[in-house]
Amino acid sequence: MSIMQEKEMWTSKLRKSWQKTLPVEKLLPDTQPAYVASWIYLFGVATLASLGVIIASGIVLAFEGASWYHYSNVGHFINSMHFWSVQFFFVFMVVHLWGKFWMAAWRGRRLLTWITGAVAFVASIATAFTGYLIQTNFDSQWISYEAKDGFNSVGIGSRFNVTNFGQMILLHVAFLPIVLGVITMIHVLMVRAKGVVPPIDAFNAELGERK
Amino acid sequence: MNLKAVYIHIGWFQMSVTNLIIVIGMVVLFGLALTLPFPGNSKGNKKGKGRK
Repeated sequence: MSIMQEKEMWTSKLRKSWQKTLPVEKLLPDTQPAYVASWIYLFGVATLASLGVIIASGIVLAFEGASWYHYSNVGHFINSMHFWSVQFFFVFMVVHLWGKFWMAAWRGRRLLTWITGAVAFVASIATAFTGYLIQTNFDSQWISYEAKDGFNSVGIGSRFNVTNFGQMILLHVAFLPIVLGVITMIHVLMVRAKGVVPPIDAFNAELGERK
Repeated sequence: MNLKAVYIHIGWFQMSVTNLIIVIGMVVLFGLALTLPFPGNSKGNKKGKGRK
């Protein structure tokens, strides 16, 4: 009588794959390579910190509403905090992008990390632009009526109607933040899995070769 | 927000002064990030055992 071998469940396969690709030591490291001791390596986490402030201030704005952030002092403050954290977010992200471009950060099987970063950049631009459209002031009215001609000229105005406030606010506060959040998480997890990219001239002691 | 933006316009190049200041600021920030010494890295890791 032969013993039937139990079929491995998908949860077990997923767990083993996760432990192999991203063990907890890599996910939450307490040391970093020596070359990370440079200011240029801080701009990724500065971008993440800015994103945290954007999300926190955006949640407050969503709960309090337009009349609050247009007419109260605290509302003005939180509205400005949301605006300026976006400015810092883009400044930090662009400097991060420049740094990674000149490091050729796609080296060492990091192409998907680079691609998810590029997609996150595009998703951020879309999220920021829809934010300009839902300020509920003359500024957003002007921007939406200028943008509508651009979208109509490329034939997507009927699907992506920038003068439709309901569509734009849902894109800005729900759909695009979820997309951006998921891409950002994947990007950060890939950085943890592959490690921070070394400088181009760094010697890879593990492989005994130059990358 | 209610003031008219000031633009620099030289031939094909046109940009608001505000955007130009931001772009120059980012380039300066990038340059400083590459050149300023990092705290706690005074021994230098560019050569020797700290290098990986």
